[in-house]
Amino acid sequence: MLFGIEWDTSSELAFAWSILPILLIGLWVTVQATVLGFFVALVLGLILAVLKAAPSRFISWPARALTEFIRDTPLLIQLFFLYYVLPEYGIVLPAFLTGALALGLQYSAYTSEVYRAGLEAIGRDQREAARALNFPAAHTFTHVLLPQAIPRIIPAMGNYLVSIMKDVPVLSVVTVLEMLNVAKIIGDRTFDYMVPLSMVGGLYLIMTLVASAGVRLLDMRLPKQGLPLK
Amino acid sequence: MAWTEYLTPLLAGAWVTVQLTVYSTILGAILAFAFGIGKLSPNGLIKAVSVAYIEIFRGTSLLVQLFWLYFALPIAGQVIGLDLRLPPVVAGVLALGLNIGAYGAEVVRGAIQSVQKSQYEAARALNFTPRQALFGVALPQAIPEMMPPFGNLAVQNLKDTALVSLISLGDLAFRAEQLRNFTQDSTTIYTVVLFMYFGMALVVTALMKTLERLVGRWRYASN
Amino acid sequence: MSDHIIKFDKVGKSYGSLKVLDGLDFEVKRGEKVTIIGPSGSGKSTVLRVLMTLETINAGVVYVGNEPLWHEQCNGALVPAGEGHLRKMRQQLGMVFQQFNLFPHMTVRRNIAEAPVKVLGLSRQDANLRAEELLEMVGLADQADKYPHQLSGGQQQRVGIARALAMRPKVMLFDEPTSALDPELVGEVLNVIARLASEHDLTMLLVTHEMRFAREVSDRVCFFDKGRIKEQGTPEELFTDPKEQRTRDFLKAVLDA
Repeated sequence: MLFGIEWDTSSELAFAWSILPILLIGLWVTVQATVLGFFVALVLGLILAVLKAAPSRFISWPARALTEFIRDTPLLIQLFFLYYVLPEYGIVLPAFLTGALALGLQYSAYTSEVYRAGLEAIGRDQREAARALNFPAAHTFTHVLLPQAIPRIIPAMGNYLVSIMKDVPVLSVVTVLEMLNVAKIIGDRTFDYMVPLSMVGGLYLIMTLVASAGVRLLDMRLPKQGLPLK
Repeated sequence: MAWTEYLTPLLAGAWVTVQLTVYSTILGAILAFAFGIGKLSPNGLIKAVSVAYIEIFRGTSLLVQLFWLYFALPIAGQVIGLDLRLPPVVAGVLALGLNIGAYGAEVVRGAIQSVQKSQYEAARALNFTPRQALFGVALPQAIPEMMPPFGNLAVQNLKDTALVSLISLGDLAFRAEQLRNFTQDSTTIYTVVLFMYFGMALVVTALMKTLERLVGRWRYASN
Repeated sequence: MSDHIIKFDKVGKSYGSLKVLDGLDFEVKRGEKVTIIGPSGSGKSTVLRVLMTLETINAGVVYVGNEPLWHEQCNGALVPAGEGHLRKMRQQLGMVFQQFNLFPHMTVRRNIAEAPVKVLGLSRQDANLRAEELLEMVGLADQADKYPHQLSGGQQQRVGIARALAMRPKVMLFDEPTSALDPELVGEVLNVIARLASEHDLTMLLVTHEMRFAREVSDRVCFFDKGRIKEQGTPEELFTDPKEQRTRDFLKAVLDA
């Protein structure tokens, strides 16, 4: 029994059917961690991207080094670091929040590159035209660069959303009851790992295929010329 | 306890991490070429198998795959009367290699497809067989294209090895967790471990850059 | 007080060891139409890009009106100008780009009206009115609601001209405005530029490979070579009786082509 739901071990099929609701509770946690982690990654990534683009080397260089460091070290270790080290400095967060924070931190290194690449892909000619017309820098950013960068950025970010979802099981090490952890517990108690773990695999496959198709569809519908301004 | 005293156990763990990375990257590279080329095969069966492999291993989580191989596979073996209990190191290398191989296969496929059509036309005009066109014309041009993404995947793989500590394999992450349990000195231990992974990642990146230059030699040849 | 609106005083510009402008002296009078010709890499486009403040200079002083473009007076000395000064100076100049550089995500009307609204502070309504007048002038009144990629190259460049004119610049810079166009579309753009030249007292600086056109519209033609003016004169003088061997070779090569 888990989350108050009994399982039925009379047959493999009955077992699978009876644990599905339990796994779906875990799946809901997975989705929540994904969304929160993604949000953190979007915000932290933007901050890193802005710092990396700073005109002063004293800001841009450390930001670049930090991005590289975050990207080159395992999520698991970053998670342990936050989980065990933050409390030593008086910051005690629930495991779920620490996990989402770790996911967001790891992926901020990737999203910051997406922001950078999205802005750099807009040719020099656009900046020059804006300059020749004497646009203020802020206006060039908000009305010329961003509207053209966003359609390039969204699909790449969507792919990282899918990646984050696949990394959520790592959070099980700090006791977050996401889907894989739930399946593992069911396996530990029933000595049948085959059914729950295969079901988790199948559910993941469905989620990533659906999400990837969604990203592709979104990509097709995005205006290639940039968000239109009438 | 000074942080230098942590180094001996941590280095022992790092050595396991290095071995895991090397073996699984080699396995992954073999799978990447086999299934990346397979996905482009005109043979429907080969193509279907390749697509299924790529989608399944890219579409599910590495940790799910690792747990499945380690915990679920032996049970599947029992059912069909085979002993499929894998030692942790085999399960770890298999899971890592299968996972990274699926990502690599997409890189291989993309690079082969990005070879210009005119190259295939030239090969056809010279009456190459499809196999000759692939190995003699397309691959030599495609492989240098694959190297930068392969470099990223190799670093990804190094980072992923940390997950095998969860099936009690004594790698760097496992040793770190052991030490922390023992000393409660989390800040020092995890800071050292982060830098050790970072150092290894820099080495992997440098190695892949060297390899990139090696396979792309013809591009830089003068006269 | 001179009647020069543009003056280059020993201007130098180099990329590493490559000298693009080599102690250039060059003046343009108010209302004058000047064409710059020369081989590629001779620095002719750089003159326009320096004027539009798209590229900096390494030596010398550029004047627009009577004020230094790239410098400000500070305690009697000339110091590199800040963005505020550049923005003020840029107001007097308009540029038409070789690759049009239209904003792909803005309608034709918005491409033209955006800068008048944001930079000159016109109301959206007045700016749209101005945009429509200019579109009328370049013969595209019916295309205001389209996006750039829906137009032909020639039409896009005419929008580019209208966009620059909307800022009411004193000097118009044309950087090879027809080089990126298919041959059959060159005429419509040149017609617009020619009309502009004959009907307005705008100062115009034109870099082009269209020799016949240069001859028709310019008061003066400058032949650039290796970052300097090798020879200049009225179109008549330069095209029929060039003094320099280098000019003769160049003209022979392009006119025979």
